[in-house]
Amino acid sequence: MSDLQDISRSSGANSGTMAKITFIEHDGTEHTVDAEIGSTVMETALRNDVTSIVAECGGSCTCATCVVHVDDKWSQIVGPPSEEEEEMLDSAFEVKPTSRLSCQIKVTEKLDGLIVRTPAYQGR
Amino acid sequence: MLERTNKMTDTIKTDVVIIGAGPVGIFAVFELGLLDIRAHLIDILDKVGGQCAELYPEKPIYDIPGIPYITGNGLTEALMEQVKPFHPTFHLGEMVTTVEKIGDPLFHVGTDTGKTFECKTVVIAAGGGSFQPKRPPIAGIEPYEDKSVFYAVRKMDAFRDKRLLIVGGGDSALDWTLNLQPIAKRLTLVHRRDDFRGAPDSVNKMRALVAAGGMDLKIGQVTELEGADGQLTAASIKDKEGALSRVEVDAMLPFFGLTMKLGPVADWGVKLESDLVPVDTAAFESNIPGLFAIGDINTYPGKLKLILSGFHEAALMAQRAHHYVYPDKRLVFQYTTSSTSLQKKLGVA
Repeated sequence: MSDLQDISRSSGANSGTMAKITFIEHDGTEHTVDAEIGSTVMETALRNDVTSIVAECGGSCTCATCVVHVDDKWSQIVGPPSEEEEEMLDSAFEVKPTSRLSCQIKVTEKLDGLIVRTPAYQGR
Repeated sequence: MLERTNKMTDTIKTDVVIIGAGPVGIFAVFELGLLDIRAHLIDILDKVGGQCAELYPEKPIYDIPGIPYITGNGLTEALMEQVKPFHPTFHLGEMVTTVEKIGDPLFHVGTDTGKTFECKTVVIAAGGGSFQPKRPPIAGIEPYEDKSVFYAVRKMDAFRDKRLLIVGGGDSALDWTLNLQPIAKRLTLVHRRDDFRGAPDSVNKMRALVAAGGMDLKIGQVTELEGADGQLTAASIKDKEGALSRVEVDAMLPFFGLTMKLGPVADWGVKLESDLVPVDTAAFESNIPGLFAIGDINTYPGKLKLILSGFHEAALMAQRAHHYVYPDKRLVFQYTTSSTSLQKKLGVA
């Protein structure tokens, strides 16, 4: 959908505050990137070519193809999924207690340093 | 839920076959209809609306010109109302498997239910491809697929007296649990958590069956399959604590929702670039004359995957399609606001 294209175009955004997020892909590839406060972890992944985040629905919480496993140390800070998101996780695979849909995690100052792992397979 | 049984053998003759009944496919009916071109639409989903229906039914869309806010369902309903005067025929729950050019211009189109079409032009309005069931990443699942692992139920009777494993927590998993439980030898439902998002009535019925000993419910995820030559014999289920249990089964039905895959488009001889159809921007025609691609499935310099771009593409496509359907008729451009002939077609004059 449209918003994804907008996101990729606004990469390197100029808005002041950023948080660092580290994506660790299933093969060990690490991406430590700047995330714009107020954006989502999914948008940050797409802007930075973390290809294991598919995000088929563009961030509507309707496809479960942007699953991340939040690092144990960060899990409490990020918090649990909403009921809608928990239901959507039923359509994901190898779901863990720390699994979240990255489109539903808003980047805030307190997530600076966040580490998430991405699965090998998002359903396609 | 319908079983797919009826085979059609008579070829359906029409002007245009539109592959995909999303917003752009539906709007193409309008633009073609104004030019007296009749259309049949085919979609793999059992409903119209494409991604708007499957991914965004209740989600807001803010960038349809003239409509500040509308949901996916709202837009679909409005488009269906708009194309009503042209009486399009919808073939839902069917996947187009073959498109062959058999004349100039003449195409033969076939679906996975055995329907065949003969038409002057074909319009691919397939968006992100076809919605297909998500396949679980269980090691070694491939040899069992379509033999003892199924993502859809085509004939319920195929599961009579079988030991069935159904996986999932939504309406598909629950509906098939309730439908197949009476005829199965034994049915086990597996879901990752003890909460079900399906219709509460179905959940209650399922829980009653479990309480009465009529079926089993296991909370966990399927991790391993056993069997030989495509025939499943058992599955291992890991619970939240990591403990494994083994269930003997003859067939498994996983229901993890849908994902978009390009699908058979790749087999039609259409030129593709990164799973998209390159088109010219005058008529949105592919490398095969008479075969058009509009909406998210096409690509050209400056392409934006916007519904509004798809609408524009549909209008220009229709002008060129007219040339194929009525080669001897001159096309005079008209406005719906002022043309009585267009207004007659719309049923308002």
